[in-house]
Amino acid sequence: MTPFSYHKPNSVSEAVNLADACSHFIAGGTNLVDLMKENVVRPKRLIDISGLGLNGIHPTPGGGVLIGARVSNADLAWHPMIEQQYPLLSDAILAGASPQLRNMASTGGNLLQRTRCYYFYDTGTACNKREPGSGCPARTGMNRIHAILGASDACVATHPSDMCVALAALEAVVHVQGPSGERQIPFADFHRLPQDTPERDNQLAFDELVTGIELPPPMFEHHYRYLKIRDRASYAFALVSVAAALSFDGEVIRQGRLALGGVAHKPWRDLAVERMLVGQVPSEALFTRAAQTLLQGAQPLRHNGFKVTLAQRAIVRALDDAACGAADGGARP
Amino acid sequence: MSAISSNGAQTHPICLTLNGQPRTLQVHPWVTLLDLLREQLDLVGTKKGCDHGQCGACTVLRDGKRVNACLTLAIMCDGADLVTIEGLASGDVLHPMQRAFITHDAFQCGYCTPGQICSAVGLAHEGRADNREAIREQMSGNLCRCGAYANIVAAVEEALPLMRDGIEPQRGQEP
Repeated sequence: MTPFSYHKPNSVSEAVNLADACSHFIAGGTNLVDLMKENVVRPKRLIDISGLGLNGIHPTPGGGVLIGARVSNADLAWHPMIEQQYPLLSDAILAGASPQLRNMASTGGNLLQRTRCYYFYDTGTACNKREPGSGCPARTGMNRIHAILGASDACVATHPSDMCVALAALEAVVHVQGPSGERQIPFADFHRLPQDTPERDNQLAFDELVTGIELPPPMFEHHYRYLKIRDRASYAFALVSVAAALSFDGEVIRQGRLALGGVAHKPWRDLAVERMLVGQVPSEALFTRAAQTLLQGAQPLRHNGFKVTLAQRAIVRALDDAACGAADGGARP
Repeated sequence: MSAISSNGAQTHPICLTLNGQPRTLQVHPWVTLLDLLREQLDLVGTKKGCDHGQCGACTVLRDGKRVNACLTLAIMCDGADLVTIEGLASGDVLHPMQRAFITHDAFQCGYCTPGQICSAVGLAHEGRADNREAIREQMSGNLCRCGAYANIVAAVEEALPLMRDGIEPQRGQEP
């Protein structure tokens, strides 16, 4: 690890004023410390945010929930309010990483984890995300785990999070604070597509700190499914994952949400596809049409063409499970 | 107080409880908890497997919760209550999880065993595993290259009710 200095501020404003282009905030450290060991990331200063509070889970006046950025993945997944009102989020979190990592990793840090593209991690190779302008060996190399949607010539990396796929489907809002004040970023706008600046994963400035994640009032506690397809039964990143959430008026879908992991540089949503579901009675034909439409623009690479079919089937299955209320054993109203 | 070490780099003081004993230590910011335990404190029961949070050999208990020591910066453990494999037994009386691992022959080479046992104790504290399938899923952060998984699951399954019944020895008791 390249030596660095360590700071532990006592307030959010102190923390963001300490930050500069050579510093990193650290919470759980599960991804950052690993990246520092590999010399992929070499901060001159680490700013430890464990003294800032930010570790509560509280109801909001609007009927939602505000989750502090430092709440651990395990504490979030097992919080009674989250388990009961946002079980999709609990399921997604518990599908990710290992129990040890979930005890360490933070809610805010989960949003900021970096891609697991082999080339990004290997400092002996080029990578536009790690060294802008150096090239993307993944585009023509070993790209089985890479993106099939929204990629660019510069970068075909995927975002590795499970939690973020559920947060995208739930339309969470990211609370952020910088030296000039606070702002709130809708989840769909937080992460970005690589375009020609893949070194930027998201919209945060270097001196902005994620302070919390706000969930809107619960709507999908009965009909939801987080389906994760991976190379082994546990403790592996998603090849494809699907967060599906439905609400009903009688037999008819009132609202449908669909977010995919493992397929793009950010959790992937397609609002046109979600609108296709509204006002319809669940059926395999409907879900198949939705899945095919969502994958219409897919651009698979040499080794990841299987993801297109896999994603389509996973979408149909996740929507069907959500419609049946299979995840919580309940029945559709 | 911060100090300058022999190589000219700044060290910082941390106070923590390690296997029941209060300790004050000086650490460089870039030293992981795993390297602190093994290199500075000679507690080599905690193993370095992958050093990237992928194998679980370095699992220790921090405030009762299982964590990967290889991805934990020691400097961020100020105030923590840490228990390593060396701190589980009470004198010569083994922890029920240690006994169960022996009873079920839940290891071959033994390299992953300290991490497996600490992880299983953390699993018991979490209280979320009540069947074999759940144990398998919740032990997935610990790899065993010898493939002793079947016996590991059996050992954990046997020890869980013993720990629930309070047969766990008090931490940090000296013989």
